[in-house]
Amino acid sequence: MLELKPDQLGYPLLSFMIFLPVLGAFLLLFIKNASMARWIALGFSVAELVLCIPLLLNFDATIPHMQFGESMPWIAAWNINYRLGVDGISVLFVVLTALLTTISIMVSWSAIQDRVREFMLSLLFLEAAIIGVFVSLDLFLFYIFWEAMLIPMYLLIGIWGGPKRLYAAIKFFLYTLVGSVLMLVAIIAVYFAAGHTFDVLALMNYKFGRTFQMVAFAAFFAAFAVKVPMFPFHTWLPDAHVEAPTAGSIILAGILIKMGAYGFLRFSLPFFPDAAIAWTPAIMTLSVIAIIYGAYMAFAQTDFKKLIAYSSVSHMGFVTLGIFALNSQGLEGGILQMLNHGISTGALFLAVGVIYERTHTRLIADYGGIAARVPVYAAFLLIIIFSSIGLPGTNGFIGEFTILLGAFLHYKPYAVISCLGIILGAGYMLWLYQRVAFGKITNPHNEHLADMNLREVAAALPLVLLVFVIGLYPNSAFGIMHVSVSNLIEHMHAKVESAPAVAQALGTILGK
Amino acid sequence: MFSLSQEFMQSLAPVLPEAVVLITALLVLLFDLFIEKEGKALLGWLSVAGIAIAAVVTYQSMGLHEDVFSGTFLVDPFSTFFKFVFYIACGLGILVSINYLKVENIHRGEYYALMLFATSGMMLMASAGDLITLYLGLELMALSIYILAGFMRRSNRSNEAAIKYLVLGAFSSGIMLYGMSLVYGLTGTTNLAEILAFLRTADLNNSVVYLAMIMLVVSFGFKVAAVPFHMWVPDVYEGAPTSVTAFMSAGPKVAGFAVLLRVFLYAFEPLHVHSTAILSGLAVLTMAVGNIMALSQTNIKRMLAYSSIAHAGYALVGLAAGGPEGVASVMLYVCIYALMNMGAFGVVIMLRKAGERGEEITDFAGLGKTNKTAALLMLIFMFSLTGIPPTAGFVGKFYIFKSAVQAGLLWLAVAGVLFSAISAFFYLRIIMIMYMNEPKESIELSISPSLALALAISVTAVIVIGIYPADLLNYARASVSGIL
Repeated sequence: MLELKPDQLGYPLLSFMIFLPVLGAFLLLFIKNASMARWIALGFSVAELVLCIPLLLNFDATIPHMQFGESMPWIAAWNINYRLGVDGISVLFVVLTALLTTISIMVSWSAIQDRVREFMLSLLFLEAAIIGVFVSLDLFLFYIFWEAMLIPMYLLIGIWGGPKRLYAAIKFFLYTLVGSVLMLVAIIAVYFAAGHTFDVLALMNYKFGRTFQMVAFAAFFAAFAVKVPMFPFHTWLPDAHVEAPTAGSIILAGILIKMGAYGFLRFSLPFFPDAAIAWTPAIMTLSVIAIIYGAYMAFAQTDFKKLIAYSSVSHMGFVTLGIFALNSQGLEGGILQMLNHGISTGALFLAVGVIYERTHTRLIADYGGIAARVPVYAAFLLIIIFSSIGLPGTNGFIGEFTILLGAFLHYKPYAVISCLGIILGAGYMLWLYQRVAFGKITNPHNEHLADMNLREVAAALPLVLLVFVIGLYPNSAFGIMHVSVSNLIEHMHAKVESAPAVAQALGTILGK
Repeated sequence: MFSLSQEFMQSLAPVLPEAVVLITALLVLLFDLFIEKEGKALLGWLSVAGIAIAAVVTYQSMGLHEDVFSGTFLVDPFSTFFKFVFYIACGLGILVSINYLKVENIHRGEYYALMLFATSGMMLMASAGDLITLYLGLELMALSIYILAGFMRRSNRSNEAAIKYLVLGAFSSGIMLYGMSLVYGLTGTTNLAEILAFLRTADLNNSVVYLAMIMLVVSFGFKVAAVPFHMWVPDVYEGAPTSVTAFMSAGPKVAGFAVLLRVFLYAFEPLHVHSTAILSGLAVLTMAVGNIMALSQTNIKRMLAYSSIAHAGYALVGLAAGGPEGVASVMLYVCIYALMNMGAFGVVIMLRKAGERGEEITDFAGLGKTNKTAALLMLIFMFSLTGIPPTAGFVGKFYIFKSAVQAGLLWLAVAGVLFSAISAFFYLRIIMIMYMNEPKESIELSISPSLALALAISVTAVIVIGIYPADLLNYARASVSGIL
C-alpha cells in the first residue's frame, strides 16, 4: 500500500518546481526587451534543472512510496487537496521535462524572432503545467494541470507554427479536449463511487465494481489514448508536429505524448485493474497496429518532420505494448522507452530545427550529401537515428528489447509482429539518413551550409550523452523505477485477487 | 405616532437595498435635468456609487432570513446571493457603458436610471415569495430593458431589437400569467410557500398541474433564452447597444435563473421528479443549438448571443439535477458566467469607436500585436467561457457536471462536456484571429478609466475564482438554505 511520505527536505521542493517557471513567466510580463526575455527564460529553466539535483539526490529508490509529499486543503467543500508527490515513475519525467524545456529554449534562441517574450512565457507556463501533471496526487489538481497545459501548447503551435498552423492548432486542441472532458466525467463518477475523494492514493486502494471499471476505464482511455496517441486517435499528431515550431515539437514529442502513457500507469492500471485486464487484448492489438502502421506511413513521407511524427506513432505503439503486457519487463521497458523516445525524438526534432533554420525547407528531397558540409551535424543526426532504431549500445535497444521480452511473455504473436516494426524502423530511418546526408550535394543551396554552432551543440550534447548513459548502463533508469513498478504489479494483483476468475486470468498473464 | 413610524421603518429595513437602488435611480433622473451633456459620466459614477451602497447594505444584512409584507417578499441567503450577482452585473454594466454611450452619442441620464430600475426589478424577482411579486419584478425589469434595447433611437437595428424583444416579451408574459392563473386556480394561492404546502399533500395526478408547469417553463425559458424560446436572442443582442447587450446577457438571465430555481426547486419541488425530464431535454437542446449555431457566426455580438444561449443550457443542467447541490451549482455558475461574459463584452466595447463598429469577428485581427493587454484579456475570457482551467469558467462547469452526476444524470453530464468541447472551436477562433492573423490596419481602442476598471475587476475575479474557488463555493452552498 502506497503512502505519501512527507517532504524530506524541509522545503516544498515539488511546489517550487511548479511555481518557479510560473514566477519566471510573470517576470517576463514586465520585460520588453527580446534578448533579455531569452536570458530570463533560460535562467529560470536552468534553475528548474538545478532543482532536479536535490530531487534526484534525495529520492529513495528502494521504497515504492510517494516522496517529497505535500498536502494542503484546497477546496474543502469538495474534499479537494493540493497534494503532490513523486515515485520512481514520475520522478523520471519531471527531470525529463526540466531538461527538454531548457533545450527548447536554447534551440529557439535565434529561430524565434517574433514576439519572443510571449513565446518564452508560453514555454515556461507549459513547463509548470507539465510538471504539475506528473506530481499531482489529487485527481482534480491533476485535471487542472492536464487541461491548463493545452493553452500554452495551443498558442505555441498557432502563433509560431508553420503555414498550416491554424488548422493544426485547433485540431490538436479539439482532439485532446474531447478526450479530456470524457475523462472529467469519469473523474467525477470515480469521486462519488469511492466516497467523495479525489485522493489518488485512496482511489488506488478502492475496489470499484466491475461494470463501473469497464466504463470508467473507457473514459480515461479516451483522454490518454488521444494524448499518446494510439491508433486510430493519432491523426492530430502529424499535423501538430509538423506545424509546431521546433521547441513546440520537442516538448510535444518529448513530454506531452508521454503524459498519456503516464496516465495509464498512474490511474488506469491501479484504479481499474479488472478493466485493464479485460481491455488488454484490444489495446495490445491497437499497439501492434500503431507500430506497423506508423512505420509504414513513415516510409511514405517526403517531409522530414512528418516522417519523425509517424515514427513517433510507431514508437509509442511499443510503449503501450509494453505497458499492457502487464508484467515487470513490459512495464519497465515501456517506461524506459517513454524516456528514450523523449530523448531521441526530442533530439530528432532539434536536428530538424537546426537545419530548417538554415535552409527553411523540411523536404527530404531538398537535402542530400550534406554530411560533407556539416560533419558535426551529420554525426549528431546519425547517433540519434541509431538511438531511434534501437542499435545495441544506445538507449533505444534496451527499451525495445525489454518491451518485446514483456510482450513475448504475455502473448507471443504480438512480440513477433512487433519485431517487424523494428525492422521497418531501421529501414525508414536509415533511408532518411542516406537521403539527407550521403551522396553528392544535389541542392546548390546546401553548398555553403554552416555547421552546428556552440549553442546548438550545447543543446544537443546532454541528449547524446543520455543516449549512451542509458544504453550502456540501463540500471541508471531501471534502478529508479524498479521498486515502483514492482509495487504497481503487486498492487494490481492484490486488487483483482478478490475476484477469482479475474485473478486466474491475471495469473496466466503474469505467467504464474 | 413616533413609535408607529419606527415600526414602519423597521419593517422596511429588509427592503432597504431595493430602496437604495430605486432612490439612486430617482436621483439620477433628477440630476439629469441640471447636468450638461458633457458631464453625464457623473451620473454613471453616481449610479455605481448607489450600487456600492446597496451592496454594503445587503452585506450588513447577510445573515437575515425573514419574510415581510405577508410573505410576498423574502429576504434570505438565496436572494442575497443573487442580489450580489445583480450588483456585479449592473455595476460592471454601467462601468462599460460610460464611454460607450459617448462614442455612440446617446449619452443621456435616463440610461443609468433605466439600468437601476431594471436592477431593482431583478432584485424583486430574487426576493419574490409570491407569484404576483415575482411578476411585478419581472415586468419592472423587462420594461426597462425594452427601452434600453432601443436606446439608439436613430438606429434601425436598435429599434428592431426593441420591438422584437417587446412583442415576444409581452407574449411570454401572457403565457406566464396564464400559467400563474392556473396555479392559482388549482391551489387557491399565489404564495410560493403555500403552493409548496398544497402540492406536498395534493394528488398530483392532475394534468392541469403539468400544463401550468409547462407554461411557466416556457415563459421563464424565454427570459433565460432556453431553446426553443431563444429566437429573439440573436437579433436583440446584435441590435441593442453593446453595453445593453452585455447587461442583458448577465442581469436578466441570472434573474431568470433565480426565479426558475425558486419556483421549480422550491414551490414546485414535489413535481421535480416529473420536471427533470423536461428540464434535461431543454438543457440538451439549449446547449446543442447555442453551441452549434455559434460556430458559424461572423458577428461577435451574435456569436456571444448564441454563446449565452449555450451557457443557459449548462445552467439548466444544474437545474435539472436539482437538490441542494444542483441549486448551489447553478448559483455559482451564473455568478461566474456574469463575470466572464461582462469581461468579454467589455473588450468588444473597447473596439467600438467613432466611425468603426468593431463588431465583426475579423475586426479582432492582429489585436495580439496592436494591443497586447486587450488581446490577453480577451484570451482569458475566451478560455474561461470554454471552461479551461485554471479559469473560473472551469470551476463553474465542473460544479454543474458534478451535481448532474450526483443526481444520476450521467448522460446529461456527458452531453454537457461534449458540447462544451464543441464550444472551444468558436471561442478559440477569436483567439486565433487576434494572435494568428495579421492586423488589417492600426486599431485604436477606446479605453476609458471606467472600462479599464470593469475589465480589471472581471479578469481578477475570473482568475482568482479559477485558482481559489473555495470561498465563493462555500458561500453559494450556504446560500442554498434559503430555498430548501
